[in-house]
Amino acid sequence: MVYRIITKKELASSVKLLEIQAPLVAKKAKPGQFIVVRIDEYGERIPITITDWSPVKGTVTIVILEVGKTTKQLGSLSVGDHILNLIGPLGNPMEVGNYGTIVCIGGGVGVALIYPEAKALKEAGNRVISIIGARNKELLILENEIRNISDELHITTDDGSKGHRGFVSDVLKKLLEEQRHINRVIAIGPVIMMKVIAELTRPYGVKTVVSLNPIMVDGTGMCGSCRVIVGGKTMFACVDGPEFDAHEVDFDNLLGRNQRYIEKEAVSLKKYEG
Amino acid sequence: MSDKKVVRQQSKRIPMQKQLPEERAHNFSEVALGYSPDEATAEASRCLKCPKPRCVDGCPVELDIPAFIKCIGEGNFDGAIRIIKDQNNLPAICGRVCPQETQCEALCVLGKKTDPLAIGALERFAADYELKKGVKVRRKRKSTGMKIAVIGSGPAGLTVAGDLAKLGHEVTVFEALHKPGGVLIYGIPEFRLPKKIVESEVNYVRRLGAEIRTDTVIGKLFTVNELFKEAYKAIFIGTGAGSPYFLNLPGENLNGIYSANEFLTRCNLMKAYLFPEYDTPIDVGRKVVVIGGGNVAMDSARVALRLGAEEVSIVYRRSEQELPARAEEVKNAKEEGIRFQLLTNPIRLIGESGWVKKMECIKMELGPPDESGRRRPIPIKDSNFTIDVDTVVVAIGQGPNPLITQTTQGLKTDETGRIVVDENGRTSIEGVWAGGDIASEEATVINAMGVGKKAARNIHNFLMKKT
Repeated sequence: MVYRIITKKELASSVKLLEIQAPLVAKKAKPGQFIVVRIDEYGERIPITITDWSPVKGTVTIVILEVGKTTKQLGSLSVGDHILNLIGPLGNPMEVGNYGTIVCIGGGVGVALIYPEAKALKEAGNRVISIIGARNKELLILENEIRNISDELHITTDDGSKGHRGFVSDVLKKLLEEQRHINRVIAIGPVIMMKVIAELTRPYGVKTVVSLNPIMVDGTGMCGSCRVIVGGKTMFACVDGPEFDAHEVDFDNLLGRNQRYIEKEAVSLKKYEG
Repeated sequence: MSDKKVVRQQSKRIPMQKQLPEERAHNFSEVALGYSPDEATAEASRCLKCPKPRCVDGCPVELDIPAFIKCIGEGNFDGAIRIIKDQNNLPAICGRVCPQETQCEALCVLGKKTDPLAIGALERFAADYELKKGVKVRRKRKSTGMKIAVIGSGPAGLTVAGDLAKLGHEVTVFEALHKPGGVLIYGIPEFRLPKKIVESEVNYVRRLGAEIRTDTVIGKLFTVNELFKEAYKAIFIGTGAGSPYFLNLPGENLNGIYSANEFLTRCNLMKAYLFPEYDTPIDVGRKVVVIGGGNVAMDSARVALRLGAEEVSIVYRRSEQELPARAEEVKNAKEEGIRFQLLTNPIRLIGESGWVKKMECIKMELGPPDESGRRRPIPIKDSNFTIDVDTVVVAIGQGPNPLITQTTQGLKTDETGRIVVDENGRTSIEGVWAGGDIASEEATVINAMGVGKKAARNIHNFLMKKT
């Protein structure tokens, strides 16, 4: 199987969209699932949420934030290049039901991850209020795509260059205080963002779902690298998740565990950019 | 009794060359160096050529041991490997990792008076001889046109695939990881089982006619039920014990704590010991504790040492006698300087800034036997003590990975989540067999191969009866 890149787009500085040939995965992918990718023989395995997929074209689409060696290397590939291994679809698909009104929140590259979920929820008959945020308007991605599948769209930028000046959580707070009838909140983005959202909705008792991004190796439940604490119990994000009830998640533990290789990651990046 | 026989009965085993402990503790090269042709012939000549050989009863894959030993003794190495390959498609692996000392060699009559014949070492010798020379594949039988799906390319799956491909069936092996071999590639370290050897053995199975598709997670990409719709006439599930057990101790999710599966997968499969040439990192502090007493625990400890730990200890709740690991691996570990903290159980992990720093333990004593037949470990009241630790590897065992069992309708499992099978490996679904760690607690490579062999035979008979 050759996983060839057929489309590449720069959505923002350091944010790339890649459409990759993977016909079998494309046929089976569902919202909320991810793939694990290994670029070459020396590469590590990393999980990436599937943003979009086309069974007809036989492709899956991913959006990556170029932070470390592997994501930068992925972002440097061109149309026609291929990656060595692509495994999926992994993880449990999101729960899709007709809940009523759902607030879908995406922060940073999380906007690309919330897109398939918001889309599925809209198709299931929900009223979708989307809140998307970025540091500034240049880093805001997929605005039109999200607008097209939302009943209401709110935009936030840290610097106020577009939309509300501040964070996605500010908008959610306002919606909650306005006593809008919200049945469910889904939030995907940096861990700290998801933690803040969870604390905001907790006193209102609004069911809140987050998609966790721990470090993974295999992605199929065999190693426990991705273990997270949910409701006081140890769960593997790759097979028990990646989505969990935000009010049960120990975000501090996840923040800590995601730091465990920062020294080695820096070494790897230095060598790559060296 | 002839003089020759007396001499043989008193002769000691030809020792196998090993890397010296001081050197091998710092490299990942193979520890056991194998026999030279002279050593092999000399060792093979010790065989008593018993009229009623006992050794054969000890081999789970039914090797004609006396026959291949005789060939080696005569210098006919080609003949030896031909005999071995008749029954065993993976001899270079078996010769290295089988616990022969509890199998064929345990029954060897020589063992009554002196060292049993080094059957394992001789199997390894013959296999390595052929690998160096170039493996020949005998002409395949005509295709039967029957498609068989094997899920998992570990020892069970590879054995089933090889045996059925030899019989002319069209076998496809589905492997979830990006390299085939299962526990042979991710679990057993390079210094015990070089990955080049695993690749060669896997290639042999390919050349026998089996197709191996990596990056394919059955249970996610396809379900077992869907495979039947794709015209597979029989399915073998060999997905292994890919779900690590944790102790559920306070502090077990602190940084610096690994399951043995993660620790070994990073190192063996992803080659983290070659970081940063390979991108996958692994972190090992100065003081490492491995919790557990089996082969996986020994492997983890010896890997930690080679990754640069200053002090590596095995913490095990029973005594040395009860250690499930192969005696040879315990010996190798001790020679390399690994400490054994026995009759000790961890009760809590203590951290600082999110990283594990100490482990609180309690001393144990042995009471009467429990369900496993081994003496039950009982904590000694108020014997708590704390040890400093940077890295902890939890090597207390693996359970069956639930991906297949959760997504296959009608598949009966027991209370541990393992697939229920009969003596031929048949599951509760007609046309579906299972074997290896997904169906058994035995947890050895050779057991997986043995049940794989039986299942393959049964699958073949099932398919041929149908036509």
